[in-house]
Amino acid sequence: MFDKEKLGQIKEAREKWENGVSKTISKQPERKAAFKTSSGVEIKRLYTPEDVADLDYNDRLSCPGEYPYTRGVQSTMYRGKFWTMRQYAGFATAEESNKRYKYLLEQGQTGLSVAFDLPTQIGYDSDHALSEGEVGKVGVAIDSLKDMEILFDGIPLDKVSTSMTINAPASVLLAMYIAVGEKQGVSSEQLSGTIQNDILKEYIARGTYIFPVEPSMRLITNIFEYCSQQVPKWNTISISGYHIREAGSTAAQEVAFTLADGIAYVEAAVKAGLDVDDFAPRLSFFFNSHNDLLEEVSKFRAARRLWAKIMKERFHAKSVKSMMLRFHTQTGGSTLTAQQPDNNIVRVAIQTLAAVLGGTQSLHTNSKDEALALPTEDAVRIALRTQQIVAYESGVTETIDPLAGSYYIESLTDQIEGLAAAYIKKIDELGGAAKAIEKGYIQKEIQDSAYAYQKEIESGDRVVVGMNKFQVKEAAPKGLLRVDPVVGELQKKKLEALRAERDNQKVEAALEALRNAAKSDDNLMPYILDAVRAYGTLGEICGVLRNVFGEYQQSIIL
Amino acid sequence: MERPIRVVVAKPGLDGHDRGAKVVARALRDAGMEVIYTGLRQTPEQIVETAIQEDADCVAMSILSGAHNHLFPKVVQLLKEKEAEDILVVGGGVIPEDDIPGLLEAGISAIFTPGTPTTVTIDFIRENIRKK
Repeated sequence: MFDKEKLGQIKEAREKWENGVSKTISKQPERKAAFKTSSGVEIKRLYTPEDVADLDYNDRLSCPGEYPYTRGVQSTMYRGKFWTMRQYAGFATAEESNKRYKYLLEQGQTGLSVAFDLPTQIGYDSDHALSEGEVGKVGVAIDSLKDMEILFDGIPLDKVSTSMTINAPASVLLAMYIAVGEKQGVSSEQLSGTIQNDILKEYIARGTYIFPVEPSMRLITNIFEYCSQQVPKWNTISISGYHIREAGSTAAQEVAFTLADGIAYVEAAVKAGLDVDDFAPRLSFFFNSHNDLLEEVSKFRAARRLWAKIMKERFHAKSVKSMMLRFHTQTGGSTLTAQQPDNNIVRVAIQTLAAVLGGTQSLHTNSKDEALALPTEDAVRIALRTQQIVAYESGVTETIDPLAGSYYIESLTDQIEGLAAAYIKKIDELGGAAKAIEKGYIQKEIQDSAYAYQKEIESGDRVVVGMNKFQVKEAAPKGLLRVDPVVGELQKKKLEALRAERDNQKVEAALEALRNAAKSDDNLMPYILDAVRAYGTLGEICGVLRNVFGEYQQSIIL
Repeated sequence: MERPIRVVVAKPGLDGHDRGAKVVARALRDAGMEVIYTGLRQTPEQIVETAIQEDADCVAMSILSGAHNHLFPKVVQLLKEKEAEDILVVGGGVIPEDDIPGLLEAGISAIFTPGTPTTVTIDFIRENIRKK
């Protein structure tokens, strides 16, 4: 970007300046002996054109909407339209959650995001013994198509896009969504939304797995194939770094392990005989946004560039859509403090800025009370308003990728990309993401980072305002959202009624057909859809698959 | 020589958030305790069985899903039924302040909420286990 002569002059000036600084420091040392990002990148005192001397603009940055998409995946970005403001919500029964969705849509939210309770995420009906105490707690309880019909009652599926945080049983919940569409007269071609469907990060960090790796990967590729033909506007997977980061990874590890998982999905689909350009345009990603604003912006940019390269060079994608890393962001739950919860509003605002300056396609902002309980309606409104203020008032949306060209941002983008690429190489050597998970390598790397972080907090090297510094005595927070334990009983009663009124022979036949298909190489989606339409329950459908596939055994790494 | 304190660190219920449990497990180990980590999705019955088999001094459980009011007291109750109530039971996670008195009454000796330094947990366990 600068010629040799100019760079020489810049170097000279900088060195002169450094000499002066050394004298100052000898009298008054800096706050810390070394400054580092979460990824362990040493932060220099000053970045200059020397740090971007080798940066080839067209090759490494290019224009927005052009390979390698460092500056964004769309040509107009937020000048065209803002990101989708999408608050993750769901609790108790389908009736309760339906009310919350309608409230959020009235408040100007532009997409839905469904949180399911743990029994639903792990494929158990609400009346299963292991569901005891968990029904409706961290999300909405869905046992059958009946609940799904109530959940989207009065919400036209051709008008909203819906993201569903569902992984191991993603095929079943997608089938239910398609079936609700059918009842509303909306064809599957018109449906738009996302299923998370990312099982590898469940093994790594989130824990809601059911089946072993191989059948899980088969279910995922079945969905890719089915949707490419029947639900073309659906994002078939949301390859997630969010939970990897929440489990304690650094920013660079978040990029590395997420893209390594992405590589594993592409490889599985290609191996199953799919053409990369048939499914890759529907792959989407999901990242975290933490407090280190500039590292986060660099992370998002690095992830886009690295993925574009992987798709082009490793998988020989031809369609540009296959190379674009489109992503959802959620602000960092683990950065929120239970102490002085109002401070969390400020953290979320910084993280929102990072996501927007990093070019996100959609965003969930956390509520200030999430270190304490599920968010109340008031807290959710402030979180949504935070996005709206950044969108409409901050001005950062008026030009594309405004931090590009910053010596620090470009240098850090390069370094994060380099660190992530080195991890991916290591994972390749271990035999890919699935093998690296089996060996516990990825989990161990994350745990080491989490433990190091905790030690920094306890030693006071890392300050978390209100938690290990600037504490105050405070009263217990009032007005937290509580899920009525009666929800479990309600769901049980609904299930009892369903089993009495549906055509049980039809259900049995559909489940038997699914069982046989699971033992063959058939795509399972049509069979699951039939079982769902007959009001087979989630637990029954997953039960059949558990019988055929077995269950995943976690490798316990400490 | 006195044997080291033995702690079973457990994740009851369906919750998959194990960052806290694993960080605490490592901190206890670094503090010289012997730690048995159960992994995810343990029923109260499994946790109690592990605690008895491992001759544990303490069971430390973590839940972030909101199922604590159901699962923590169940473990205490089962320990009693197995005549193992001398095992110290502590819990942690996202637990609303209002729930803590009820849990303490049910026999959980301490609840550690977000932001608790691991040293507090370590000291509590050291001071409160019944020396055998």
